[in-house]
Amino acid sequence: MDELKLYTYIAVFGSFGLYFAIAWWARAGSTSDFYVAGGGVSPVQNGMAIGADWMSAASFISMAGMIAFLGYGGSVFLMGWTGGYVLLAMLLAPYMRKHGKFTVPEFISDRYYSKTARIVAVVCLIIASLTYIIGQMKGVGVAFSRFLEVDYGLGLGIGMAVVWVYAVLGGMKGITYTQIAQYCVLIFAYTIPAIFISFQLTGNPIPQLGLGSTLADGSGVYLLDKLDMVVTDLGFKEYTTSSMGNSLNMFAYTMSLMIGTAGLPHVIMRFFTVPSVKAARSSAGYALVFIALLYTVAPAVGAMARLNLMNTIEPAAGQNMVYAERPQWFKDWEKTGLLKFEDKNNDGKVQYVADPEKNEMVKVDRDIMVLANPAIANLPNWVIALVAAGGLAAALSTAAGLLLAISSSISHDLMKGVLTPNLSEKNELLAGRVVMTLSILVAGYLGLNPPGFAAGTVALAFGLAASSIFPALMMGIFSKKMSGTAAVWGMCSGIGITMLYVFQHKGIMFIQGTSFLGPLEPNWFLGISPNAFGAVGALVNFAVAFIVLKAKGPAPAEIQQLVENFRIPAGAGAAHNH
Amino acid sequence: MGSNQSYWQKNLRLIMICLLIWFIVSFGFGLLLVEPLNNFSLGGYKLGFWFAQQGSIYTFVALIFWYSSKMNKLDKEHGVEE
Repeated sequence: MDELKLYTYIAVFGSFGLYFAIAWWARAGSTSDFYVAGGGVSPVQNGMAIGADWMSAASFISMAGMIAFLGYGGSVFLMGWTGGYVLLAMLLAPYMRKHGKFTVPEFISDRYYSKTARIVAVVCLIIASLTYIIGQMKGVGVAFSRFLEVDYGLGLGIGMAVVWVYAVLGGMKGITYTQIAQYCVLIFAYTIPAIFISFQLTGNPIPQLGLGSTLADGSGVYLLDKLDMVVTDLGFKEYTTSSMGNSLNMFAYTMSLMIGTAGLPHVIMRFFTVPSVKAARSSAGYALVFIALLYTVAPAVGAMARLNLMNTIEPAAGQNMVYAERPQWFKDWEKTGLLKFEDKNNDGKVQYVADPEKNEMVKVDRDIMVLANPAIANLPNWVIALVAAGGLAAALSTAAGLLLAISSSISHDLMKGVLTPNLSEKNELLAGRVVMTLSILVAGYLGLNPPGFAAGTVALAFGLAASSIFPALMMGIFSKKMSGTAAVWGMCSGIGITMLYVFQHKGIMFIQGTSFLGPLEPNWFLGISPNAFGAVGALVNFAVAFIVLKAKGPAPAEIQQLVENFRIPAGAGAAHNH
Repeated sequence: MGSNQSYWQKNLRLIMICLLIWFIVSFGFGLLLVEPLNNFSLGGYKLGFWFAQQGSIYTFVALIFWYSSKMNKLDKEHGVEE
């Protein structure tokens, strides 16, 4: 066994051992432990757990790669996936914590006094969460097969078994404490290579500052100016100004990701675990600090990886890399099919240019940038091993949070809330564990046989959350009069128009050939891409709800009183005494 | 209930201020005004690019903590803290 493989085994299985130990120490004894970790998690701990819950394989592996190739256009992900926490902290989390229930559909059911609303919320939640899990499971399988060279299916199986042990045993309590450990693993794994690379390139070890510094090669040229120069010389768009579609599209895309983030149930749920309204507000702040640690490093990782890649292939203008002398990482990734070279002009050298006729790097998968980055920069083997453990931590922690959101919505909302209200606490806990086991099996099956539409559905998950759940929750808190009928109409039309727009451009259920307007940009409504349409869906949701409210009349007085109650942090009795 | 009404009004005003700043740094500086701002620079960063990839995120963090501390004070003033 070579050194890299040995280090990788130590990092990966060492971290798994840690998660098991924590799970055993924090096993759940009651439904309160299982759903909300007994309600006693401190804001800093909760912030870390939210960080791990939120930052998935997509944040860890894919985001910096997308930024590397999109340049300025990648900013929509940076702003979109962080700005949502401002909305959560001010518009949703404190009031939902005050109301003090276990799940998001339960809040909707109480506020809108309607089982229909609860079931609509459960359906949205399950679709959004399941599509997310497929992505995590694929991440686990890829990380195992690339770094430990085991079979993809076996890797997936090991990942499922690990999640099963700590999620089923510990519920929210076990998940919270393992997520804290996973946050530490993933943030170290992400920032350490970035610090090394930033220091190599600019002499400044802090990546956020390195990205704005001059290069260490003595030329006195700023890193970003150099990168702009290198990419434009080869015919690519200028890195720091290349936008993604028109500016309305970037606007709508950012807005969709922000309100989608604020509406994702597995994130909102984490705010039910803290002891007070005050703690709910501050834990959103801590969560964003921990998330920002990764999200402000990511643009540096992206830009530096792009520069390193360009410099490896063409160290100086016209002196292209000879294919026969390519480095080991190049060969490793060629084997996975994610990197492909085709010697079009038969000169034995690698040309990487924008012109598709002349470009010989016919495939450079965006997802390999973070994973290959340490090897491209010649970092020591233990750093590469750490990245493998970090990627797994990111995927597993998010999968666990999603599994809990799904199982609680079935055992608590559907079974206890609608179908079998007489379920005892002990049986509800058992049902929660059984449902979670089944969810893991379904997720594993979907990870092994990913449906053709897997990539498209992640965008759909954000669109759904943005166009249905977020507006319903926000109106429930900020409009006392908002009625159940109006909210259900709003949710259904918001989701409806978003799904219609996505399907008409990407195919019904993403089946090729069934799209009736085609995926092409000229057909987009005002140039808004299907992924960015959630913001429009949310507007429709708000508009329809207020029209129905005007036509059908407001919510009953006792519901308006309920809203008055959860708007203030103190209990109703204390407020009355004042 | 009068006190609760004014508590809620003050909370709404604070939220409006925060969301205005939230909008200006991200959608304003990072997207709509990015081109004029890119004429200025912050070290090696073009200013608009910096807001889009760094500055807006720092501002979001500061906003949440500022809002939390203002609300903690407001809770006490109105006697509605837990």
